[in-house]
Amino acid sequence: MACIEARGLRKQFGTTVALDGIEMRVEEGGILGLIGPNGAGKTTALNAILGLLPYQGELEVLGRDPWTERDQLMRDVSFIADIAVLPRWIRVCQLLDYVAGVHPRFDRAKAEGFLAKTAIGRTRKVRDLSKGMVAQLHLALVMAIDARLLVLDEPTLGLDILFRKQFYDSLLNDFYDRTRTIVVTTHQVEEIQHVITDLMFINRGRVVLSYSMEEVESRFLEVMVHPDKLDAARALKPIDERQVIGGSILMFDGVDRQQVATLGDARTPGIADLFVAVIAHQDKQAQGADK
Amino acid sequence: MSSQSNAMPESSLRPQGTATTAIPAARLMYWSVRRELWEIRSIYVAPVAAACLFLFGFSISILHLLVAKHAAPSLDLMQQRELFGQPYEFIEDLIMGTTLLVGLFYSADALYGERRDRSILFWKSTPVSDLITVLSKASIPMVVLPLLAFAITVLTQWIMLMISSAVLLGSGHNAAILWSRVGIFHRWPMLLFHFLCIHGLWQSPIYAWLLLVSGWARRVPILWATLPPLTVGITEKVAFNTTYFGTLIGNRFTGGSEGIAIMERGRQMDPMMLFAPLHFLINPGLWIGLAVTAAFLAAAVRLRRYRGPV
Repeated sequence: MACIEARGLRKQFGTTVALDGIEMRVEEGGILGLIGPNGAGKTTALNAILGLLPYQGELEVLGRDPWTERDQLMRDVSFIADIAVLPRWIRVCQLLDYVAGVHPRFDRAKAEGFLAKTAIGRTRKVRDLSKGMVAQLHLALVMAIDARLLVLDEPTLGLDILFRKQFYDSLLNDFYDRTRTIVVTTHQVEEIQHVITDLMFINRGRVVLSYSMEEVESRFLEVMVHPDKLDAARALKPIDERQVIGGSILMFDGVDRQQVATLGDARTPGIADLFVAVIAHQDKQAQGADK
Repeated sequence: MSSQSNAMPESSLRPQGTATTAIPAARLMYWSVRRELWEIRSIYVAPVAAACLFLFGFSISILHLLVAKHAAPSLDLMQQRELFGQPYEFIEDLIMGTTLLVGLFYSADALYGERRDRSILFWKSTPVSDLITVLSKASIPMVVLPLLAFAITVLTQWIMLMISSAVLLGSGHNAAILWSRVGIFHRWPMLLFHFLCIHGLWQSPIYAWLLLVSGWARRVPILWATLPPLTVGITEKVAFNTTYFGTLIGNRFTGGSEGIAIMERGRQMDPMMLFAPLHFLINPGLWIGLAVTAAFLAAAVRLRRYRGPV
């Protein structure tokens, strides 16, 4: 059974189309990075998956309809929304009591263990904690829940680099066990490059690219080309070309590695560069189709 | 205090593709109500503070009681009852008024506050349904506040009686007349009935309406909840020169003629008061009100599913 399966997922806010027929299938046991520009529909898609939004089309999460079965679904799904949503008036110990009271899969001892590594006092209120501490607290809560799917929407927004690194480190070391599924969106794409196992680009409410990281590595190549060889390189139809000091960097999709190696040093592109290239390429094609 | 709550037998097993054993609805309800009491401390702080202030004033007035004790033999039975019983009626009215206000303000913010501070996204990430959430919030003004008000009133009256008796005995008087004239013990069952039925059941459509509006409004729910009924009432007055709508709403607050009658009979220790509860429970107004409450709450449950942060 797929963890998340969407077919023709659509959502419209007034005249704005936020999701324009999303097709996605997320298998269990991976870490999916969902990347897209602002307003691409990432948060809308995640909200639909979490049962926070009504939608058109078909959507199943762990075999359930999230819109009508949100409360049952939340026994197996945890999420951290894009902004701090922990109630500001609550004390840390009350929060632990409450989650332990209502969640069948919450391991309080585990949460206490995570918190012991931080400077968060049990009697402090959320409003008195720093932004980083609130993120740590929320992460400690969701990691102590034996969930089958964890959804993180910009979980590290507004945190400093130290906290962000710690966040993903503990996620990988203390939570991810290859049977759980994690879906994460972020604008700090370089941070999740080595965390994710699958990559999905979403733009204008559609999925524009969906590969495993192995596929990304075998398909896409980036080469620093000397100006002399630029014409030869362009003949291989790069999907992107950008100028840097000392030459141009060209990106290729599904070309022969040996052929490309003659042009210069080939390497797997970073997600950020790939994202820019794919989105720009797609926009160019869309414009071409219009003409 | 919640160490028992981790001892879930299924936590070690991870059923694949099947639902995890659910937490019983009663436990979800219990934690949801507790959560409300953590957040809105005025639910119990306000009536307790009112009672404490009243006790302070009562202690000062104790001097008057000594004067009254001397005057008592020259008064007839009804006058004595009035003299000694009055502060005990005042505290009832004070606690009723306080809890009514707390209930109104609580309900008008209950489903709005969680959207305003965006914490609804956290509450919705827990396996607590919209139904449980709305019911737990509705139970605060309809069940928790009436019971709390009753307990605080009884406790305060008991303390008042103790203070008075101590002062009377301390000044060499006999406290027996006080105990026989105050008559609060007969009133307590009636008081409990009044709190549960008038404040809990009879007024429930008001709280349900406020909850519904608090779940619907994008801002200032208290205005959305009060201005439309006010407009309807005034329009009716202007158009037909009648006040049916206003009377209808007013009756919901006062408990209607039945509610007032119950309280008055209770105070006069009328032997007929024993029949009043039965009379109240077969009153169609009560059942119509409860049906309206159910409809408002059902709408609030449905609405919460669609609602996110404002």
